[in-house]
Amino acid sequence: MQENGIGASVRRKEDQRFLLGKGRYTDDINVAGQTYAVFVRSPHAHAVIEGIDARAAGAAPGVVAVLTGEDLAADGIGPLICGVVVTSDDGQPHRAPAHPALAQGKVNHVGDHVAVVIAETLAQARDAAELVEVNYRPLPAVASTADAAGDGQQQIHEEAPNNICFNWPFGDKAANDEAFDSAHKVSSIELVNNRMVTNPMEPRAALGEYNSGTEEITLHMTTQNPHVHRLVLAAFNQLAPEHKLRVVGPDVGGGFGAKIFVYAEELVVGWACRKVNRPVKWTADRTEAFMSDAHGRDHVTKAEMALDENGKFLAMRVHTTANLGAYLSTFATMVPSYLYAFLFAGQYATPLIYSEVKAVFTNTAPVDASRGAGRPEATYLLERLVDVCAADMGLDPAEIRRRNFIPKDAFPYQTPVVQCYDSGDYEAALDKAMKLADYSGFEARAAEAKNRGKMRGIGFSSYVEACGIAPSAAVGQLGGGVGLWESAQVRFNPTGNVQVFTGTHSHGQGHETTFAQLVCDQLGVPFENIEVIHGDTAKTQFGMGTYGSRSLAVGGVAIAKACDKLIAKGKKIAAHAMEAAEGDIEFAEGNYTVAGTDKAMNIAEVAFNAYVPHSYPEGVEPGFDENAFFDPMNFSFPAGTHICEVEVDPATGEVEIVDYTAVDDFGKLVNPMIVEGQVHGGIVHGIGQALLEGCHYADDGQLVTASFMDYAMPRADNAPDFRIDYAPTDPPHNPLGVKGCGEAGAIGAPPAVINAIANAIGAKHVEMPATPETVWRACQSAV
Amino acid sequence: MSTINLAVNGQSVSGEVEPRTLLVEFLREQLRLTGTHVGCDTSQCGACVVMVDGKSVKSCTMLAVMADGCDVTTIEGLAEGAELHPMQQAFMDNHGLQCGFCTPGMVMSGLDIVNRHGNELDADTVRRELNGNICRCTGYQNIVKAIRAGARAMGD
Repeated sequence: MQENGIGASVRRKEDQRFLLGKGRYTDDINVAGQTYAVFVRSPHAHAVIEGIDARAAGAAPGVVAVLTGEDLAADGIGPLICGVVVTSDDGQPHRAPAHPALAQGKVNHVGDHVAVVIAETLAQARDAAELVEVNYRPLPAVASTADAAGDGQQQIHEEAPNNICFNWPFGDKAANDEAFDSAHKVSSIELVNNRMVTNPMEPRAALGEYNSGTEEITLHMTTQNPHVHRLVLAAFNQLAPEHKLRVVGPDVGGGFGAKIFVYAEELVVGWACRKVNRPVKWTADRTEAFMSDAHGRDHVTKAEMALDENGKFLAMRVHTTANLGAYLSTFATMVPSYLYAFLFAGQYATPLIYSEVKAVFTNTAPVDASRGAGRPEATYLLERLVDVCAADMGLDPAEIRRRNFIPKDAFPYQTPVVQCYDSGDYEAALDKAMKLADYSGFEARAAEAKNRGKMRGIGFSSYVEACGIAPSAAVGQLGGGVGLWESAQVRFNPTGNVQVFTGTHSHGQGHETTFAQLVCDQLGVPFENIEVIHGDTAKTQFGMGTYGSRSLAVGGVAIAKACDKLIAKGKKIAAHAMEAAEGDIEFAEGNYTVAGTDKAMNIAEVAFNAYVPHSYPEGVEPGFDENAFFDPMNFSFPAGTHICEVEVDPATGEVEIVDYTAVDDFGKLVNPMIVEGQVHGGIVHGIGQALLEGCHYADDGQLVTASFMDYAMPRADNAPDFRIDYAPTDPPHNPLGVKGCGEAGAIGAPPAVINAIANAIGAKHVEMPATPETVWRACQSAV
Repeated sequence: MSTINLAVNGQSVSGEVEPRTLLVEFLREQLRLTGTHVGCDTSQCGACVVMVDGKSVKSCTMLAVMADGCDVTTIEGLAEGAELHPMQQAFMDNHGLQCGFCTPGMVMSGLDIVNRHGNELDADTVRRELNGNICRCTGYQNIVKAIRAGARAMGD
């Protein structure tokens, strides 16, 4: 093993530039002749546009152009698409109303894009945007998830009767009903999974440049998946042919899902830079981000569990209404369906599961994947329901989980909801977490807290997630328009240093470090001689990008495969150079050796020979540069148990998280320091959802929470230090033995926190965000 | 337009600004010091924190004309060449950053906490004092650790 190889908490390569203020985010880039775009957005949730008068704006100082939906349509720029088909219960595909990048006669949510003003300076563009007169005829708006499909509701899209995008039943209803009918006990819960705004700290931005000589558009933008952006913009939006469009995601300040999607603004910037033949830059302000980034969650759910007399789960059923917003974002349909219902088994051997998901349109911003994407929603309802079951059966919450866990000798385990879990040891994680959290000492701590006037509670969350969505064939069968493999290229330069090109994209995850560790470990090249390159369609081959905790589990394996190819080719070159048979050549720690001799050759020398092939094996191509693609055979299934301990002040309803333990199974850790950081961030994201964050639209569709003054982001004093440990198992499908860790905290934390609060105050349920008001009211009714 | 004269990272600079130009816009667009970031428009997130005359200021909340005659330090002004300031080094050593976007503001706020509370900081103090800085990536635990370690290193 190399000093900086797999398993070492190596300091990150990317930190130096970030700490010096030398990161290069999209808005940091200025080019000669640059203009600035400002969008004119709808102040109404739902309205017909009866006219747009841009004359005053067009005549304002510095204005280069004012462009509307008419101009966009005239140039044949296509509407935004949703790339995953869900078949509705009538056998038809989900309803997909047109989603123009600039409004075509109607607006459907506050912040909907109506026009764009392009001017010499940002201030001039802002001033002129105020002068664009849009004549709106407001319509009644639909804002409520639960009521969107109700009788007599205002219709939003002609194509979607009753505002329904799809009704998606899943599972064997008859068998499920039968199990419920004969059950010893049925436990149930109704809950809301609160709407969240993803809020990476860097707002979205784009800088478009058009080269009229080569007819190429270069789009620097905040992206998690530059090639996917290029593909969709080229193939579906007709922005430019794929080979005439370069998408660059430079340093990107966080994504969490929000920067996966193809949005109107980035498309319009790419189109406008060619139209005005000047570079065009747009950077969202935070309120624009609140209005126009895809939001997350927003489910209303009833879930029930049928139990036998021993507290064993017999069957589960779930009815969910999922809000998809005004239009379908790029992967919107997949989130409350395949990424949701396929996780309903959780860690349990529940034999029958039936669910119905009704996805609805409302006059709100589009909803799509956000850190965890469907899996937090599934885990929240399941882990809350399990606690209700425990209370109904008079069982300890740990005990009811233990009784229902899929046993460790049952893997691979085929769940009733498509997924086949490859590995896991759920009891090991539970046991370890209970020990670390000193569960047996809880009663004493609660008694002590009571003396101080505080109600202390403890909550469990035993989650499983599915990341690294795969294989591509399965994605296709489900109606996904893409494959979900990953690519890598590992290139030795003649002087022996190595460039690693990955199709994933790093926006905080530390790929430049983790992937260099992989290559260092495998090729024995010094860590400092390895550079990881990502995020530019002109530099790297096609790759799928970063989301769903896939980068190491899928992209890392592609890198390892490319390294294997280099090692194999190098054997031929080394054998020739050392005058030995290829079969006698061994490779370890960066050196080729001839078995049984002291002859050795470093891989850097082999690389040099490959580029200067003066004496070279016959039939071997020069050069030392290999690429590889990896399409996994299955998802990876990280899992774990989180235990949260809270103290509630019954007089104020204030909740303090006093202790938090997470024991996760991520398989093998490449850089434990980075993994722990991912877990911390995920947990606080989940605590944000549980205690603080709630995106709120008023009944008339106005966005009430449109800034950080109204939308409570978790801050440093909202959480304690966490106790993090691991209970790894080896995933047989993954050649590196790794799973994925980026979303686990956001999946595990919300039910752990709410279970702890419910336990503290003796309530069946408390809705998220559990603000002091909500908790105080729950305390009053629980008394 | 107004002419302003100020010191930024120890160098005298001057510029022509509109009355409405924010200090952060002047730093980023005119001086091209893009290490100072804008993460919100309401003085909530702290990505734009710089030092003005030795005190931390959200540069999105100060007009450039108000900085006339002031001494401004940004994230670019801390290191000696490639050698990181002890607070910057502590962020690296303690994995106090992920995407790096909030980081300049976190480092500057960390320095301000040291200025006001000294080199021996308890975690509660740091967590409370970081109330004006938002990070979506790290969950704060390692930022708190980094600031405490940086504070100690600055005292050595």
